[in-house]
Amino acid sequence: MASIKSSPDQNASIPFYRDERWLQSAAQIISAILIIGFLIYIIINFFIAADNRGLNLGFSFITEAAGFPISESIIEYDPSMSFGRAFLVGVVNTLRVSLLGIVAATILGASVALARLSQNWLLSRMALLYVEFHRNIPLLVLLYLWYFTVFSQFPNVQDSSELSRSIYFTQRGIYMIWPRLTETGGIFLIAVFVGIFGALFFWISLRRRREITGQQTYYIQVSLSVLIILPVIGWFLADGNPLWIDVPQFQRFNFEGGMRLTPEFMGIFIGLVTYTASFIAEVVRAGIQAVDRGQIEAAKAVGLNSLQILNLIIIPQALRIIIPPMISQYLNLTKNSSLAMVIGYQELFGLAKIAINNAGRAVQIFVMVMLTYLFFSLLTSTILNIYNRRIQFITR
Amino acid sequence: MPSSNQLTATDARSSQAPGIIKWVRANLFSNWFNSILTITLIPAVAYILFIVFRWVFISADWSAVTSQPLLFGVGQFPRDQIWRVGISLLSIMFLIGVSWGKWGGLLRSIGIFATLLFFGFAILPFQHEDLSIPIFTIASTVMTIRFFLGLISLFIIIGNFIGRLEAVSKRLIIIGWFVTPIITVILLSGFDNSELLPSITTTLWGGLLVTFLLAFGGIILSFPIGVALALGRRSKLPVVSAFSTIFIEMVRGVPLVTILFMFSFIINLVLPPSAIPERIVRALMAMTLFSAAYTAENIRGGLQAVPPGQMEAAKAVGMSGFQTMFFIVLPQALRAILPAIVGQFISLFKDTTLVVIVGINDFLGIGRSIINSTPEFLQLQLEVYVFIAIIYMIFSFLMSLASRKLEDALGVGER
Amino acid sequence: MSRKIFTLLAVLTLFAVVIVACGDSNGDTETEAAVDTEPETEPETEPETEPETEPETEPEVVTGSHADILGRVLERGTLICGGRTDLAGFGSLDGERNVGFDIDLCRAVAAAVLGDADAIEIVPLTAADRGPSLQTAEVDLLSRNVTWTASRDVQWGNFTIVMFYDGQGFMVTKASGITSTDQFDGATVCVTSGTTTEQNLADFFRQNGMTFEAVVFEETAAVYSAYEEGRCDITTSDRSQLESVRNGFASPDDHIILDDIISKEPLTPAVPHGDDAWFDIVKVVMFALINAEELGVTQANVEEMLASDNINIRRLLGVEGDWGFTDLGLDSDALANAIAAVGNYGEIYDRNLGPNAVITLPRGLNELWSNGGLIYAPPVK
Repeated sequence: MASIKSSPDQNASIPFYRDERWLQSAAQIISAILIIGFLIYIIINFFIAADNRGLNLGFSFITEAAGFPISESIIEYDPSMSFGRAFLVGVVNTLRVSLLGIVAATILGASVALARLSQNWLLSRMALLYVEFHRNIPLLVLLYLWYFTVFSQFPNVQDSSELSRSIYFTQRGIYMIWPRLTETGGIFLIAVFVGIFGALFFWISLRRRREITGQQTYYIQVSLSVLIILPVIGWFLADGNPLWIDVPQFQRFNFEGGMRLTPEFMGIFIGLVTYTASFIAEVVRAGIQAVDRGQIEAAKAVGLNSLQILNLIIIPQALRIIIPPMISQYLNLTKNSSLAMVIGYQELFGLAKIAINNAGRAVQIFVMVMLTYLFFSLLTSTILNIYNRRIQFITR
Repeated sequence: MPSSNQLTATDARSSQAPGIIKWVRANLFSNWFNSILTITLIPAVAYILFIVFRWVFISADWSAVTSQPLLFGVGQFPRDQIWRVGISLLSIMFLIGVSWGKWGGLLRSIGIFATLLFFGFAILPFQHEDLSIPIFTIASTVMTIRFFLGLISLFIIIGNFIGRLEAVSKRLIIIGWFVTPIITVILLSGFDNSELLPSITTTLWGGLLVTFLLAFGGIILSFPIGVALALGRRSKLPVVSAFSTIFIEMVRGVPLVTILFMFSFIINLVLPPSAIPERIVRALMAMTLFSAAYTAENIRGGLQAVPPGQMEAAKAVGMSGFQTMFFIVLPQALRAILPAIVGQFISLFKDTTLVVIVGINDFLGIGRSIINSTPEFLQLQLEVYVFIAIIYMIFSFLMSLASRKLEDALGVGER
Repeated sequence: MSRKIFTLLAVLTLFAVVIVACGDSNGDTETEAAVDTEPETEPETEPETEPETEPETEPEVVTGSHADILGRVLERGTLICGGRTDLAGFGSLDGERNVGFDIDLCRAVAAAVLGDADAIEIVPLTAADRGPSLQTAEVDLLSRNVTWTASRDVQWGNFTIVMFYDGQGFMVTKASGITSTDQFDGATVCVTSGTTTEQNLADFFRQNGMTFEAVVFEETAAVYSAYEEGRCDITTSDRSQLESVRNGFASPDDHIILDDIISKEPLTPAVPHGDDAWFDIVKVVMFALINAEELGVTQANVEEMLASDNINIRRLLGVEGDWGFTDLGLDSDALANAIAAVGNYGEIYDRNLGPNAVITLPRGLNELWSNGGLIYAPPVK
């Protein structure tokens, strides 16, 4: 484009309305004026309306007591805490279901994709049925179905209390025994984390060295032993047993203790996972099928076994195709979690709606919610885009 | 997607090899792993089918669903004006019939399905008062809804024959397709102070009528905006490109419910009171803008897929930038992304359910209203939601079927 | 090159498309004109008033924006009411028709003002929509079982007169073994979100030093079906709602409604701020419905009552002097029309909540004051 520049003396001869540079800047100015004018119009109207209705546009309500209960929260909350705290609970709940959901949906989606590509006719047809079912049903309806037909049909909590097991499936949720840290267990936890990160570090750095130098660096062995040895050291460093087993016990109304997954959480989690997995399955399948068959045959010819073919030939190439649509599926899952309120799981949007009802600060709360979602979306896509760019670069 | 279809097609072909035993062996018992899989899957599938059938035909109580079928269809649309919905439906179905006669292919499947569907309604085994509501009276003969639905299926077939006539040009039909939606909206909303077509406020519209209105309205209106945004984002003018990008990314970064919510609350604050549109229009605006951002990204993908050589060639033969864009680049880009657009439409169709959150009685909303309007129906939620799910699945499955056929017909993605 | 110009054109058309899209589907050319004219005048005048102290300017501006609702209603020919379609007895769908207690109040106002009880448009509102719809005067009358509270009176609009006295109660399952509220500690409670109910619940438990686990749904149907399935030990809502819902349960006897009432829920129709005349009109209609019951005027006998020799009745029906209709801009037979259209308070109650209605609620506090209830209206004179 830039190469076809008109020379200055030519420029003088043509009228300004045919002059490209003039038109360009005019176009920019006009569009900028239009858009900014539109925004200013909106903003002015907004302030007039806010003034007319005596809207309070301050953010001081954030520190006021929220006053409403929240069904579940992994951070501490009670109705006497502030709106800000309630908002934070919403963010944490959204992240909780989204992050777990992304992991589970990826696993399920990949499995369905493999089933879809299976040579077994029955299995591949069932996978197809799964995909078609979920792609053609509105998520909202799917959530209703999961929650009201599956999770609220579990056995009554009083009935299940008589059986002593390590896991209980009840209407009030799934309860299971769960290891918890004792007071002295902190050092063990630290050791575990150091172990994980150390293992990751060795895996990446030693593997890269092998790739560069071609020397055997035993990266698998080294990182695995770091992963095991450090937690073991931590276990002995801790004074006594660092973990204790929390067993659910039936109290007057409900079980207490143990790990609990509420039906609401399970409803939104399973709903989002099964729904998103159907889309991920198609993405993965398309990615795998896009790998040239000749490559697989060639790999077979040079004597790679099927695991090696999958690992070294199919996955690296398929990933290139899979990652961009996968990013948007992950983001969809996160955004779709905003429907959770219809089945009683209170995440960011549901709590925001309640807060608007109680505090009446619709505009401020709304801006906060939109910005939070926007932040997560942009953050995720930035991180994954960087990763994506690296993958694309390496494989070419 | 496309390559996968070819693959399944070849699978299907090889599976038609002579001998059912051979097929079973090849597809179900090819090795020991597959055999175990098949043997465990068969009883599981049979058991699930048994449970589902038993529930559907024996234990389920469908009275909440069948109590008010017309409510599911058109919501509170005044029953004495119901002929307006009828005529709209009739004209659209007639057009489908004509197009079926002219083009066949995909439209043939749609036409046949619609004919059977409406004929099915006409001979539905149960009697319900809603079905005998008169649509209009000609020469003292009352035309009931049931009869009218049967008439629609007849019109599709008549349309099919008309479409086969040489005299009916393709252009005429396409004009028909452009004009009909406009006429439909006018017919449904009517005019103030009109005897024949009294205006009907949109708060009375509901059910499938609203679902389709939002879905089709959203996709049609979002398309030009999407094209504009896609071109804007690719523009070399930094201001235009920046604004388009910001808009697209902001809309794509937030859930649809928040946008719907914004349009139902915040818009009251940014427009003068007299300019605030009706609720359904607000929801439609939200769906349109939401869909436009996604359409824009799809179109951008399509534009990138057009080889630059095409543009250079167009320039070389002396086409203007406008001509290049409209006659060379866009058609190719749109062809490439047609499946994506249909996919976008299906998800928009499903996403219309979210308007219940802002209090609009679409198909799902009517279902919820019916559950809530009689205490006894509280127990029949499952039946109502299953019914709603099935209806959505039928329509969106048809659409995805259509998109696949379209892909094949256009040869999209063939490498 | 000129592709860029095309791009520009495309972006410019974007706005045109948006505007056309709004105007077109609106089917109403007036709005477009309004978009153009409003901002030109308003931004100029507004900054001048801003620096003044708030309390002074506010009522003026508000009056300016929502003035003359009556004129608007007469011009439109329909009364727009905020209502609901999903609560049996108060506002639900019967075929294409909106029915319910709240809906009948709206019909009464329409009959009084427009002479036609069917000239109403019910805008279904979610709980969160109620306040904004009044604040923007999107609805002429909000009749969607709204609890009258001080803060809502200040923020939302003008509340007319309590038409239904309710209170928040508890329903418990027999299986839970609960018989009174002091056994609530540690229980699971199903509750609707976004209403006063939710806050009352939290306050109640905090006040009594008990803990609970909330299960919160948006929709009443979801709350009760979750409760009935056994998700919760307790559900809480207005007593009237609990009664009606229990009757719909598969086995109503497995559930007990406790006698405790933890809040006052005066359900009251409300109108937008800033139009006193309209506020008065709606109030007078409500007064008339109550007074009609007291005076024995019913839907059936309203015609013959026109000839009644009871001066109060004659005045109510507009055949004896002016009770203020000329000042309000109504016809003399406005209230007679309202009663003829929907009946008196008792008839409205019985139609929607009486023994033969979809749900049945004993009148209790909603008896006339003369029968030991709280329903009492200023005389129409």
